[in-house]
Amino acid sequence: MLGKLDWSAIPFDQPIPLIAGAVVLVAILAVLIWVVVKGHLPYLWQEWITSVDHKRIGVMYILLASVMLLRGGSDAIMMRIQQAVAFQSQGYLPPEHYNQIFSAHGTIMIFFVAMPFVIGLMNLIVPLQLGVRDVAFPTLNSVGFWLTATGALLVNLSLVIGEFARTGWLAFPPLSELSYSPGVGVDYYAWSLQISGVGTLVAGINLVTTVLKLRTRGMNYLRMPMFCWTTLASNLLIVAAFPILTATLAMLLLDRYLGFHFFTNEAGGNVMMFMNLIWAWGHPEVYILVLPAFGIFSEVVSTFSGKALFGYRSMVLATMAICVISFMVWLHHFFTMGAGPDVNAIFGIASMIIAVPTGVKIYNWLFTMYGGRVRFTTPMLWAVGFMVTFIIGGLTGVLLAVPPADFMLHNSMFLVAHFHNVIIGGVLFGAFAGFEYWFPKAFGFRLDERWGKAAFWFTFLGFYVTFVPLYVAGMLGMTRRMQHYDVAAWRPWMLIAAAGMAVLTIGVICQIVQLVVSIRNREALRDRTGDPWDGRSLEWATSSPPPVFNFAFHPDVRGEDAYWDMKAHAQQSLDSSPPEYHDIEMPRNSPTGFVCAFFATIMGFALIWHIWWMVILGGIGAFATFVVFAWRDHDEYIIPADEVAAIERVNLEERHSLVSMAGTV
Amino acid sequence: MSMTVAADRATSDPHHIGLVIEHPGPAPKRTVTAYGFWVFLLSDIVMFSCFFAAHAVLADQTAGGPKGSEIFEQRNVAIETVCLLLSSFTCGMASIAADVRNRFWFYLGMTVTCVLGLIFLAIEFREFAGLVARGYGPSRSAFLTSFFSLVGCHGLHVSAGVLWLLTMMAQVFAKGFRADVLRRMMCFALFWHALDIVWVGVFSVVYLLGSGA
Ligand code: HEM
Ligand SMILES: [Cu+2]
Repeated sequence: MLGKLDWSAIPFDQPIPLIAGAVVLVAILAVLIWVVVKGHLPYLWQEWITSVDHKRIGVMYILLASVMLLRGGSDAIMMRIQQAVAFQSQGYLPPEHYNQIFSAHGTIMIFFVAMPFVIGLMNLIVPLQLGVRDVAFPTLNSVGFWLTATGALLVNLSLVIGEFARTGWLAFPPLSELSYSPGVGVDYYAWSLQISGVGTLVAGINLVTTVLKLRTRGMNYLRMPMFCWTTLASNLLIVAAFPILTATLAMLLLDRYLGFHFFTNEAGGNVMMFMNLIWAWGHPEVYILVLPAFGIFSEVVSTFSGKALFGYRSMVLATMAICVISFMVWLHHFFTMGAGPDVNAIFGIASMIIAVPTGVKIYNWLFTMYGGRVRFTTPMLWAVGFMVTFIIGGLTGVLLAVPPADFMLHNSMFLVAHFHNVIIGGVLFGAFAGFEYWFPKAFGFRLDERWGKAAFWFTFLGFYVTFVPLYVAGMLGMTRRMQHYDVAAWRPWMLIAAAGMAVLTIGVICQIVQLVVSIRNREALRDRTGDPWDGRSLEWATSSPPPVFNFAFHPDVRGEDAYWDMKAHAQQSLDSSPPEYHDIEMPRNSPTGFVCAFFATIMGFALIWHIWWMVILGGIGAFATFVVFAWRDHDEYIIPADEVAAIERVNLEERHSLVSMAGTV
Repeated sequence: MSMTVAADRATSDPHHIGLVIEHPGPAPKRTVTAYGFWVFLLSDIVMFSCFFAAHAVLADQTAGGPKGSEIFEQRNVAIETVCLLLSSFTCGMASIAADVRNRFWFYLGMTVTCVLGLIFLAIEFREFAGLVARGYGPSRSAFLTSFFSLVGCHGLHVSAGVLWLLTMMAQVFAKGFRADVLRRMMCFALFWHALDIVWVGVFSVVYLLGSGA
C-alpha cells in the first residue's frame, strides 16, 4: 500500500534533522495560521500564487532562493564545524549524516539557490528592459516556477522522511547505483532535480522567446541592454544543456528502478558515459549561472559610473563566445580519469580559451569606471568586490585547466576553493548586486544603505577568511569531503575557515536586518520617480513598482541606453501634448502552475517511495490539468483605456514635478 | 514592409554599420508561439541525442546476449516506417484543412493520423513484448538497455502525441477553429513531424546500422 514507506523512514534516533524539521514545520504552520487568521489567504491566492505576472513570479523565485540559501547555509556551517573539530576524532556528525549534508548542500546551492535567484532576476527585469508587457508565455512561466518549488520541497522532505543522497551533488555511479545506494536518498535527489529541471527548461524556453521575439519598437539587437544579452546567452545554454541533464538522470533512474545497465559495473554498462554526459551539462551550467551575473554587473557598473558601458559590442561578442566555448570544455572535470594526454591537452587549451572573453569583460568594466563619476552604493560595492574575487577564481581555474597541475589538485580542497571562489564571488555577489539594485523597482522603496554596506563587508571578508585557507589546505594535500583527518598541518587552516564561516554568517544576518529595517522605514526610503539611481535602461522609465502592464505604451527606442536617451530629450517629450491611451489586453491569472506542481509533488513523492497507485493518481491529475488548461475560454482580460490613463497620469505627474524641480534648482 | 531602412534615423546609428534596420516591435502571437515551440523541439532533440549517444557507446556491449542483427525484423521496421511517414503526410493534410477551416477533412486527416500512430505503437509493443518473452529484456545487456531506451523514448513521445491529437480533435469539435486552437494545432503538427525526423534517425542508426553489424 505505501511502497517502501514505513515508520523507520523517520529518523527518530537522530536529533539534528528531527529538530531542524520540527522547527521548520512549526514555522510553516505558524505562518499558515497567521495568514489564515489575518485573512490574507485570498490575497495571497489571487495576487501571488495564481499570478502570471512576470514581476510577481520573479519575486517568488527570489524568495524561494533566499529561503533555500538559509537552508544550504546551515548545511555549510555544520560542515565547517565538523571539519574544525574532527581532528583525530570523529567530530560530532556520524559519517553517513555528514555525507548527506555535503550532497544536499551542493545540490541545494546550485539548483535551488543560484538557479532560482538568477532566473528570478531575469524574469523580473528582462521584460521591463525590453519595454514589453510580459514574457512570451505567462502561464507557462508560473508552471516553471511552481515546478522548481516542488523540487525544493522534495529535497527538504528528505530531511525528515527518509534520507538524502550520500553521493555528492552529481551522484556519480556506480556509487549512486542501487547496489551501493539501496536507500531512497538518490531517488530524492534524482526526482527533485528531474521535476525542477522541467521547470528550468520551461523558464529557458520562455526567456529565449521573449528576448528574440518580444522587443519593443526600435529595440534592435545592438540596442539591448547587456543584461538582456547575457539572459539570452544563459537561456540558450539552458535550452541546450538541461535536456542532457534530464536524459542522464532518466538513465540513472532506469538503472535504479528497472534494472537497466547504462552505468552499472555489470552487463557492459559504462560509468565514463555518465561522466561525459553529466559534465556536458555541468560545465555549461556554471556559465548559465555566471552569465546573468555578468549582465547584472554590466548594468550596475555603467549606471553607477554615469557612463555608457565601455566596449558594448565587444561585450556582446564575449558573451556569445563564452556561450559557445562553454560547451567544449567539459572534459576538464575528469582529466584524471584516463582520457589520455592528447585529449587532455586539447580540453586543457579549450578551457583556458574561455578566460579570454572573460578577461575582455573585466577590462570593459574597468574602463567603464575609468573617468566616470563612480558612486559607491551597495550594488556597486558588490560589483567591485566581484571583480577582485572573480579574477582570483578565474586564475585558479586556469591553473586547474593545466592537466599536470590538475593531477595534483583534482578532488582536493583547492578545487573546492576554486569553485566557491567563482560561484560565491561571481554568481552570489551578482545576485546580491541585482537584489539591491532592482529592489526599489520591484517594491517601490530602496534598501537601507548602511546595513547593505555592512552586509557587503562582512560577506566579502568572511569569504576570504573562509576560502583562502581551503586553497592552502588543498596545496597541503587535503582532499575534499573529509569526514575526519589526522594530519596536524591541516588543522589550523580548518579552524581559520570555520572562523571565516562565522564572519560570513554575520554578513547574512546583516542582510536580513537590512530587509527588516528597510521595510520599517519604507516611507522614508520611498522611490517616487521610478528612477532612484539615475538609470539608463527602460526598466527605470516606468513607475516603481510598475503597473501590471509595465508600460502604457510600448516605448520607442532610438539608441543604446534607451532611458538615458529619453531623459536627455525629456524637455521636448514633456511639452508634447498628452498621448492617446488604448485598451490593454493582459493574461488572466491561473492556478494551472500551482495545480501542476501539486500533482508533480504527489507523483515525485510516490515515485521515490514506490507507491505505484499514487503515481498513477498523480499522472492522471497532471493530464487532467493539461486538458482543463487547454479548455479554458478566456485567458485574457482588458484594462480599459481610461484606467490605463489614470494609472499613467500619477506616474507622469511625479516625473513632471521632478523635472520642473530640477529646472528651478 | 515592417523592416525598413529608416533614413531619418541614420544619425542614431551608434555602431556606424551604415544602415539601421528598425525593429518593428513585438511579434504577433502566432509567431511567438511557433517560435517557442521550435525552441522546445530543439531541446527535445538534444535529449534524444543523448540517448543516441548512449546507444552508440553501448551498441557492442552485448554481455553474451544477442546482437542487433539477431533480433531485428526488417519487415516490421519497414511497416513501422511507412506508417509513420504516411501519418506525417496525413497530419499535414489535417493542418491544411484546419487552415482553410474544413471540418470534414480535418477530422479525416486526424483520424487517419491517429490510426497510423496506433498501428506503429502496436507493432513496436509487439516487438518489445516478444523480446522480453525470449529473455532479451532491457536488463539483459547494456546493448539492450540502450536499444529499449532509445526506441522506447520515441514510442513514449508518439503515445503522448496520440493523446494530444485526441485532445485537439475534441477541441475543434467543442470550440471550432478558434485562433488559440489553431495555434495549438500548429504546435501539434510541428511535434508530430519532428517525431518523424527522429524516427528516421532511429531507423538508420539502430536498425539499419545495427543489423549490418
Ligand atoms: C576561467 C574560467 C574557468 C576555468 C578555466 C575553470 C576550470 C575548472 C577546472 C579545470 C575544474 C575541474 C578541476 C578538477 O575537477 O580537478 C573546475 C571545476 C569547477 N568549476 Fe571551474 N573554471 C572556470 C570558471 C568557472 C566558473 C565561472 C564557475 C561557476 C560559476 C566554475 C565552477 C566550477 C565548479 C562548480 C567546479 C567543480 C565541480 C566539482 O567537481 O564538483 N568554474 N573548473
Ligand atoms: Cu568546467
